[in-house]
Amino acid sequence: MFFSAKNLSGGYGGVDIIHSCSFEVNKGEIVSILGPNGAGKSTAMKAMLGMLELSSGEVTIDGKDLSNLNTQTRVKLGVSFVPQTKNVFTEMSVQENLEMGGFLRDASYKETIDEIYELFPVLFEKRNQIVGELSGGQRQQVAIGRALMIKPSVLMLDEPTAGVSPIVMDELFDHIQRIKEKNVAILMVEQNARQALNISDRGYVLVMGENKYTGTGSDLLNDSEVRRSFLGG
Amino acid sequence: MRENENVILSFAIMAVLIVFVGVLQSWGVALSILNLCLISAVMSIGVNIQWGYAGLINFGVMGFTALGGLAAVLVSVNPVREAWSVGGIEILVSIGLVLLLVFTIKVISKKIEQSKKRNILIGIIIGLFIILIRTISGPAIEAIESVNPATQGFLGGLGLPIIFSWIVGGLFAALVAFVIGKVALGLRSDYLAIATLLISGIIVSIVKHEDWLSRGVKNVIGMKRPAPYEIDLQQAEWFINLVTFLNSSKLNLINDVIKKEKFLNQLVMDASTIFVKLCFAGLFSTVVIILLILTQKALYSPWGRMMRAIRDNEEAAKAMGKNVVKQHLNIFIIGSSIIGMAGAMLVTYDGLFTPVSYQPLRYTFLIWIMVIIGGTGNNYGSVLGAFIVWFLWIEAAPISLFLINILTSNFDHSNEFKKHLINSVPYFRFIIMGIGLLFIMRYRPKGLLPEKIKIQKI
Amino acid sequence: MDFLNAIVLIANFVIVPALTYGSQLALGAIGVTLIYGVLRFANFAYGDLMAFGTMISILITWKFQSMGITFGFLPTALLALPFAVVVTIIVSLIFDKFIFEYYRIKKSPGVTLIVVSLGLMFVLNGIVRIVIGTGDKQFFDGQKFLIKANEFKELTGLNEGLAIKSTQLITLITTVIIALMLFWFLEKTKTGKSMRAYSNNEDLALLSGIDPSRVVMITWIIASILATVAGTLYGLDKSFKPFTYFNNLLPIFAAAIVGGIGNPIGAFFGGFLVAFSEIMITYAYKKVLIYLLPESLEPTSLMQLLSTDYKFAVSFSILVIVLLFRPNGIFKGKVL
Repeated sequence: MFFSAKNLSGGYGGVDIIHSCSFEVNKGEIVSILGPNGAGKSTAMKAMLGMLELSSGEVTIDGKDLSNLNTQTRVKLGVSFVPQTKNVFTEMSVQENLEMGGFLRDASYKETIDEIYELFPVLFEKRNQIVGELSGGQRQQVAIGRALMIKPSVLMLDEPTAGVSPIVMDELFDHIQRIKEKNVAILMVEQNARQALNISDRGYVLVMGENKYTGTGSDLLNDSEVRRSFLGG
Repeated sequence: MRENENVILSFAIMAVLIVFVGVLQSWGVALSILNLCLISAVMSIGVNIQWGYAGLINFGVMGFTALGGLAAVLVSVNPVREAWSVGGIEILVSIGLVLLLVFTIKVISKKIEQSKKRNILIGIIIGLFIILIRTISGPAIEAIESVNPATQGFLGGLGLPIIFSWIVGGLFAALVAFVIGKVALGLRSDYLAIATLLISGIIVSIVKHEDWLSRGVKNVIGMKRPAPYEIDLQQAEWFINLVTFLNSSKLNLINDVIKKEKFLNQLVMDASTIFVKLCFAGLFSTVVIILLILTQKALYSPWGRMMRAIRDNEEAAKAMGKNVVKQHLNIFIIGSSIIGMAGAMLVTYDGLFTPVSYQPLRYTFLIWIMVIIGGTGNNYGSVLGAFIVWFLWIEAAPISLFLINILTSNFDHSNEFKKHLINSVPYFRFIIMGIGLLFIMRYRPKGLLPEKIKIQKI
Repeated sequence: MDFLNAIVLIANFVIVPALTYGSQLALGAIGVTLIYGVLRFANFAYGDLMAFGTMISILITWKFQSMGITFGFLPTALLALPFAVVVTIIVSLIFDKFIFEYYRIKKSPGVTLIVVSLGLMFVLNGIVRIVIGTGDKQFFDGQKFLIKANEFKELTGLNEGLAIKSTQLITLITTVIIALMLFWFLEKTKTGKSMRAYSNNEDLALLSGIDPSRVVMITWIIASILATVAGTLYGLDKSFKPFTYFNNLLPIFAAAIVGGIGNPIGAFFGGFLVAFSEIMITYAYKKVLIYLLPESLEPTSLMQLLSTDYKFAVSFSILVIVLLFRPNGIFKGKVL
């Protein structure tokens, strides 16, 4: 597997929130992390990004051990992250947001900006507008676009569709599928489990900070127990 | 009870230091330091209530101190009848108009809904009132200020014993704190800091420039005292007898009558200043002890617990239905009135009111250093901080002079650098205070005597 | 003719001084606002940093003057300024390293940093007073007036004169140049944008690979440049006295808050707003009205809204009005 996290345990100092969780994702694959509120989904993602103290576990990318590196170094190695909230520079223009996403790149970042405008045409129209003035769906596009600026090999999304309308959600999932075609490994935490599984290659269901169910998207969708407990019948 | 030992130990060290000054320099200096330490302690208790109990930044300490000083003038100085007769009524009318203005604005903002029109209306009313007040008060102020300007030129006060001003000063400060609190509390803490600093600047401008009220930069001197005057003491039989009795062994060594008389005179003079300072020290200590008892009681009362809860987690306290803004207002008023009281005490001790002496560095930020160094949230700490900081503030100059002389002992006396350093001795205390604060913030952020949290076992 | 006289009077006593004073406040307010935006605390030591920078300027100016180096009709202090800026930058960075960095790493709240800045304020205060003393210091040389009042009267035949000091023009020009350069830097360069990004959303800036220590360093560099330049210009225009620099901190804070704290463009205009209000409200309009009104309506009083003694009250009123009605300042849009 291209990116893998094995037996992660940890929390925010004190009690462990996740217990021995494991996740894997390959390039060109979408993997969803699902589960009820408070299951530790976002915590698991932060653990993979090096944003919290791990009591055990290791994270590797392409065989390289990341476990002891800080978040910024992981970003440099191609692990990009879109937080759930505060994921854009609200007081800067769309173009500037993308430029900041490519802060670590050399001059070639300009081509990447064009690629992102191709992916999200509406951003090109609004490129000089202040992001704080955009709609929720457009902001999410800016957020994802910013994360794509470093040309990541792994893209982590924390609830990319939180708080947007169902139409915008479908649109965002479309975009995410198009990103996958660019041979990026995508790992996302989602509340909208059914829709997420529809576009996912695989899914992990976390309960009480532990891996409870694992399987392909359609397997999980058809598993009666998963349906009953998480997908609402 | 290790904490209590620390408290006792630190105050014992302070006492030894002051005695040390008494022996090395003079008892007069030592007692002056003690008295100002006590007054500063009152101020730092006031600031500690606001910052330590509630986390409010009040950078307006100087303003409340000045208000207390003004109270001392208005309470104790005899009324200037001539000034009252030429302009008293107009001034009273003007004050009435100011109150009417405030009332009118309150009524308007209650009756009419928030709108541009309302704001314009309020603006026009304020403008009209200002013109009216100025036309009435202008000539009156001029008349008052020209009444015997060399010694009076103001309305004077009520002619009451000055000790009442300690309470009045507190009331003045409370009143102003209420107004400030209504406007500025609820702002972000850093805005509150800036707003209070600006307001204290305005208050000091008022006492500096409204001559009809406070004589302004002409100062008020020769104020009453709650303690005996040196001159009276020097002529009082019982006092001379007391001094003679205390120094009888020394006096008996002198045989020459005239020399003995002279020596006794000198002793009586020295003793009279010390006696007066001791009287003040007694009064001030009483205030400090009463305040300590009250504040400690309050700190461990349900109210004190609620205040700490609000300080440590405002959101949670709000969620539990506590009216945070109201509690903040209360505490802001209480703390400020204590500072106002200290302001009146200070003028009482000095016997004069000098508006130009109110500087933010001395009256606002130095008090803050006392609170931080002593121990945020701990009243004993604040008192200790006041003692240490004031002691250093006074003794920094002799200490730096001593150090400079040692360090530059190789230089010639006419060396320009050495001369310059010696001339700058008074300013070394700024650096010492600053570094002291920085070190405490870094290595002992809770202060020398940290806040005690009693955890009650259920 | 009367109308022109009135205008000249206003220009001489209101517009020219307010533009000068406004420039000095504007530079200081940008410095305060930048520190607030990036380091997230109100720096009460900034007034004393200005005094420190100015002191260095004065010392270097005196040295130059004693060596016989002058700057023609311009004040020698302008020649000394770049050196003073460098010294102030170094000192600021040292202070950051030994004082502020610790609290930044600990993520201490803003109030803690305010108290820490008080400590630095005392230290700087002491240093300045020890090195240069508390008295008034003059270090201006070169040509004093661009145009003198009576020259202007002769030239135009008007009753009222317009005097423009060279320091006033120098102040305005320097301020405009520095402000334009700074805004260009913040808007157009990658480093400038990264500063704005860091100020806007620190966590996301870190996720984008922006180096916080670099952003902080650049912030101190810019703030030190602004403090030294603003302080030196103020000292040239009026005179240098350490205590006035602390007092100037208050209108500077007012300007920064009026402009929306964290917003440099707002701070720039906020500086002029505060300066114009202060001078317009404390100016006595009697003479102006005598020119403008018919004789029967001539005022007898000074026609002054507020005595100059109460200029703090102006800053304060502006602050209160803004905080009550527009808590985010009057300038919307991009914040640093």
